Amino acid sequence: MPKRVGIEVSLAASEAACAADVDVIAAYPVTPQTHIVEHLSELVADGELDAEFMSVESEHSAMSACIGAAAAGARTFTATSAPGLALMHEIVFIAPSLRTPIVMVVANRALSGPISIWNDHSDIMAERDCGWIQTFAENGQEVFDLIIQAFRVAEDPEVLLPVIVNMDGFTLSHVIEPIELLSASEVSEYLKPYNPQMVLDPKEPITMGPVGVPEIYTEARYQAESVLNGSKKVIVKAWKEFAKLYGRSYKPIETYRTQGAEVVLMTMGSVTETAMTAVDRMREKGIEVGLMRFRLWRPFPVQEFRRAVKGIKALAVVDRAISFGAQGGPVCSKVKSALYGAPEQPQVFGFISGLGGRDITVEMFEQMVKKTIRYAKKGKGPMYELIGVRER
Amino acid sequence: MSEDKGVKTLAKVDAIIGWRNLEIGCAITEPGSSRKLRTGDWRSQRPVTDRDKCIKCGLCWIYCPDIVYSPVRSGYFKWDGDYCKGCGICAHECPKDAITMVMEGE
Repeated sequence: MPKRVGIEVSLAASEAACAADVDVIAAYPVTPQTHIVEHLSELVADGELDAEFMSVESEHSAMSACIGAAAAGARTFTATSAPGLALMHEIVFIAPSLRTPIVMVVANRALSGPISIWNDHSDIMAERDCGWIQTFAENGQEVFDLIIQAFRVAEDPEVLLPVIVNMDGFTLSHVIEPIELLSASEVSEYLKPYNPQMVLDPKEPITMGPVGVPEIYTEARYQAESVLNGSKKVIVKAWKEFAKLYGRSYKPIETYRTQGAEVVLMTMGSVTETAMTAVDRMREKGIEVGLMRFRLWRPFPVQEFRRAVKGIKALAVVDRAISFGAQGGPVCSKVKSALYGAPEQPQVFGFISGLGGRDITVEMFEQMVKKTIRYAKKGKGPMYELIGVRER
Repeated sequence: MSEDKGVKTLAKVDAIIGWRNLEIGCAITEPGSSRKLRTGDWRSQRPVTDRDKCIKCGLCWIYCPDIVYSPVRSGYFKWDGDYCKGCGICAHECPKDAITMVMEGE
């Protein structure tokens, strides 16, 4: 039975990559992700991890090197944060189209400007449509587990897609938590060695990433789209098997006290635990409120979501990024579109909060729920609102 | 070469293929298969060699950025329209002005 240790979540993320026995790490340091690759470079230098650590000159190069490594059949890992992810952008789209099963941790940070090193989800929402599988962790244990699971899903012959594991910058990355670390030998039962379906090999030359003329581009993109949508069943299966082996269960959508709830908060990432406290407090006061969290963001779990909202009157969706000019956050927009045409359609109200490292407090969640109850009674509310924004 | 069929990933060959038949990640698994991609179809002019003027120097063959010219036993250079985009480099470089660019359809 693995022992629980007190460890910084970033270091636990490195330990997860180490337990997964990665072959290649190509990364560039950027706050708040730096500790992850820093610790990995130590593990490699100390001989604890037999891997190639590539210190590249930028994140654009980091992702390019990762794609090359994965194309050569290596189990590949990288990590980044907002400005680094933005610099990677071009290459981020290439990884899934080449079907390279890279695993990347994104320690979520606000995009500039104004310059902010603090946490929100604007970095990853800008990469929302990149074709990667994307998950959001709530706590350190989940970060560790999602990384192990990510390799298994990514390398599945039916998937062969890269995976992003999102963890909130600072609120997770720099926090010491009690985490059960699995060793490489414990992980080996769950995660078999990578068996690539297609490799770059001079003895049997192939071309990966050729030009896609107009006659073939649509088909190539549809292949990537179809595989991403189909990956959900592989993800769910991988999570079920993880539960069997290690006792921790994971689902695309987690629910908390939604039984009999009229209003349900919807969150992603680490604020969920604050929201739980808010739900507990409101339940004590007799307010029938629950909580729902997306763990799986891409592919978006439409069926699970539609099932989960049965009987719920109103949803209060919390976004941690502005979708500029769209008049709603990216999560709320997706939630609304997923409900269009669904048999049961709760009213949806969008709240944007926690931008650039500002805390979302228990009281703020309570405020969102109260507003949602009021709007639901009236049958209408604003398109979206920023919670905690000062006017003057 | 141009008669070859059934190349998996090159749509412009003889068949337009569906996404289910594409290789993983649209990879090309057959080395040298770009020879089957006939890129000469956007040409508007074609080079015509006057063999009376040709001195068999082979500069057209050397300067051609594609694989349009190839030597034949007689010492001349054969032109293959499957790849010629009509760029005119051969005509420009020919030391004897033996090559003239002619509008397609003429």
